[in-house]
Amino acid sequence: MKKSHVLGIVVIAIAAMVIVSTAGDASTYVSFKEAQEMAEDGSSKMIHVVGALKKNEAGHPVGIQTSPDMLSFSFLMVDQNNAEQEVIYNEPMPMDFLRSEQVVVVGSYKKDKFVADKILMKCPSKYQEEEIKV
Amino acid sequence: MIHTFVGNFGHFLVIAAFVAAFISAFSYWKAQQSEELQKKAWIAYARGAFYVHAASVIGVVTALYFIIYNDYFEYHYAYSHSSTVLPFYYRVSAFWEGQEGSFLLWIFWHVVLGVILIRTNKFWEAPIMAIFAAVQAFLLSMVLGIVIFNIKIGSSPFILLRDAMNAPIFQLNPDFIPKDGSGLNPLLQNYWMVIHPPTLFLGFATTIIPFVFCMAGLWTGKFKEWIRPALPWALFSAITLGVGILMGAYWAYETLNFGGYWNWDPVENAIYVPWLVLVGAIHTMITFRKSATALKTAMVLSITTFILVLYSTFLTRSGILGDSSVHSFTDLGLSGQLLIYLLVFTGLSVWLIVKNWSRIPSSDEEVSTYSREFWIFMGTATLCLMAFQVIIPTSIPVWNAIVELFGGISNLAPPADQVGFYTKFQIWFAVIIAILSGTGQFFWWKKVDKDKLKQSLFYPIIIALLTAAGVIVVVGITDPSYIILLTASVYSILANGKILLSLIKSNANLAGGSVAHIGLAMMLIGILFSSGYSKVISLNNTGMIWHKDFPEEVNRDNLLLFQHETRQMGDYSLNYKGVRKEIKGFPGYVSASAVEGFGDAFRVIARKDIEWKGRKYFSEGDTLEVDNPENSFFEIEYTKNDGRKFNLFPRVQINETMEMQVYSPDINRTLTSDLYTHVRTFPDPEAETQWSETEEVTVQIGEEFFVNDFVATVESIERITEMSQVMLGPEDVAIKARIAIQGGAEDYIVEPIYLIKDRMIGRIPEEIKDVAAKITFLNVHPDSNSFTFGINTTQKEWVILEAVVKPYINILWTGTLIVVLGFGMAIRRRYVEFVKMRDKGQE
Repeated sequence: MKKSHVLGIVVIAIAAMVIVSTAGDASTYVSFKEAQEMAEDGSSKMIHVVGALKKNEAGHPVGIQTSPDMLSFSFLMVDQNNAEQEVIYNEPMPMDFLRSEQVVVVGSYKKDKFVADKILMKCPSKYQEEEIKV
Repeated sequence: MIHTFVGNFGHFLVIAAFVAAFISAFSYWKAQQSEELQKKAWIAYARGAFYVHAASVIGVVTALYFIIYNDYFEYHYAYSHSSTVLPFYYRVSAFWEGQEGSFLLWIFWHVVLGVILIRTNKFWEAPIMAIFAAVQAFLLSMVLGIVIFNIKIGSSPFILLRDAMNAPIFQLNPDFIPKDGSGLNPLLQNYWMVIHPPTLFLGFATTIIPFVFCMAGLWTGKFKEWIRPALPWALFSAITLGVGILMGAYWAYETLNFGGYWNWDPVENAIYVPWLVLVGAIHTMITFRKSATALKTAMVLSITTFILVLYSTFLTRSGILGDSSVHSFTDLGLSGQLLIYLLVFTGLSVWLIVKNWSRIPSSDEEVSTYSREFWIFMGTATLCLMAFQVIIPTSIPVWNAIVELFGGISNLAPPADQVGFYTKFQIWFAVIIAILSGTGQFFWWKKVDKDKLKQSLFYPIIIALLTAAGVIVVVGITDPSYIILLTASVYSILANGKILLSLIKSNANLAGGSVAHIGLAMMLIGILFSSGYSKVISLNNTGMIWHKDFPEEVNRDNLLLFQHETRQMGDYSLNYKGVRKEIKGFPGYVSASAVEGFGDAFRVIARKDIEWKGRKYFSEGDTLEVDNPENSFFEIEYTKNDGRKFNLFPRVQINETMEMQVYSPDINRTLTSDLYTHVRTFPDPEAETQWSETEEVTVQIGEEFFVNDFVATVESIERITEMSQVMLGPEDVAIKARIAIQGGAEDYIVEPIYLIKDRMIGRIPEEIKDVAAKITFLNVHPDSNSFTFGINTTQKEWVILEAVVKPYINILWTGTLIVVLGFGMAIRRRYVEFVKMRDKGQE
């Protein structure tokens, strides 16, 4: 067999490995219900859940608890199927967290609590709003 | 008054530039198809059209900058990206903050490059510029801003605010002009953001040059000749793009707070991938003469680089990345146009290369293992695999979109641990690159057989193994992948160093390659240490677990510091000393308590004399100018166990119009490591303070008393005749107490006011955050010459911070500079070769 063929096969093999590993390591967007089912099946894989903070009628977030040392906090999140879930996060609360209109939590279920490893927020940004301060 | 002229003029020039680019492309194409005599006429015509295009583009850029510079907030672009307070250099960054401006920056670089190409090429001018001008027309269509048959083409930067926004104010008053813009994103108010985007876009723009030469080569049947003029540009492009990427990384390191310089974010990946392929293309371009396979690969890779640049433009600007990236642009609805742009040039280049494939020289000869072609080819294959490994997961949102296009449902998300995911592959590719770049160099300069190779490699390998073993033992590296990468990189430095030494003796002009490879290997070592051994030292070791559901192994990386309370952190003890401001004309930071505001964000009054290193800069009562009212700094004093002290000033930037808070780190740099500190959060300045019950003290002037455990004295009581908040009549009396509180490093001044106005008693208390107290002037006792004050206390000020040590990061930055030097040497050499051949009339 020619050397270039060997090299070609090696390259293809590595490329195939890359694709398989990407498919294996890719996370998924799921609802809290699906995430819980995954955890019950013994999967500890990190998943993404998209949702928003639970808010009262006045639009204020409810159910937020901060640890006494302020280094951790937990909050209530409502996913896109309107399922509510307490999420705990082991980082101080980001300052604009309460204003976020959408949150994506990356993490997994530990017992019946969702432990977030990372939180991505979408905040209303002034210059995207159709509003001018006079 | 609304300045409509400059906008209309700018918009007209955009259209003119677009049309001129089209005419130029068409005429160059005609020139290439015509016979000698007509050809000259067509070229002259095409050139003229390109110069009209160039002048129009420069006019467009000037018009937009004029609008930003003169605060014409009737224009949407100025309103949304600038404000009156921005200094001129940040207005330059405001220019390219938006999509339209950054397209213009790219177009502008193309104009500069186009003019240079016209002036430096003879034979190649027509075919390359035909494609070049066509690309320009596509780019300009992105900022065209015209509507044809209800289809909006491009987004113009010259849109008036009243046309862009549907705000009710414009129905009342169509000529309404906001007094101020909403300002530049605080993240971009950084000097790197003034030079990083132009560098990056110059790198982006230059990838077109190897592409157009390759296309022209295919078109004219000169399958080999295109490489010589393209090569110096490919080198220039790779180094500019590389430097642009690293500037971005350095900006992220200094400004963002994710604690590093590279995060494998989709936007970063989208530029890293074409850069890798371009470097691969350069390596094959160097060997094309010896190997037909290398020639074909060079063609495919030059084209792929440009297509990948278009693809990354599509990814970052179409909005498809959505939530998966922190810094993609806002969606302007250009995705259709961007997709057409991508597909047209992909289609055109694939068609040209497929059509000509059989005519491109090829050979069936087996490549020898002891030839440089073989080693270069292995290296290029590795670079392409590296690129492939990054682009596949980065494109996950695209895969989702394609599946959904065919009616399927796909909910794939990017890997949860991006850094871990990419690193586990890239580190092994880096090992291979280091080994190849070390070994390949030996085949570069002479014919080598087995024995000679063994002989040449013997010492570099032995010394590399010994050095690496030494470092591994001293530093204590245990991770096998790190050990291998370190050894491979040291080997690469030694092998290339050996070549470099022999080249310096013979012909130093040729040494670019070995210099660049040494730099690269240094970068790998720098990355290995600074990222692999980056260590969080602000670990919270209280052992307290707040929530029973937290897994026990979870790291608690952040530290809570109360003001004036020392806490131990690793080898350091930390003390948070308070909030600081930057004042114009003052070399250091000024304590926020030493000044007071009076309603003007940019000016404050000194409450006491302000000194720096024994020299007095300002006296009590002076009006000072604040450098940037958005910025506050937290002074953290570090005392190392050996007594060495230094202070760090991590920053928070609060932009109220955008309601953004941005934290930036401060870094203590030493030769061997960086100590990186950033604040995660601090008490919300707008939150209501919870005060304790009032404690009353009655004292005389000069008598000591305690305020929240600090020693305080009343320095003076004086009658004041003017107050900023209250109008004083002739019958009214206002007296101000000046109380000094000894805070260790500095004294804090508190000035509560006691007031009799219209026979009513008023008290204006003053809050002093550094002492966490509020003092109210309660009563005056003329008989005993004493005064009563009320003291309320609250929770002390605090910050939560994270501190990370990044060892040997300077090796990374030094390596970068050495790579730049190596590339510079190579560019010079290749350009001289091209000029020689051109002047002989051969190209």
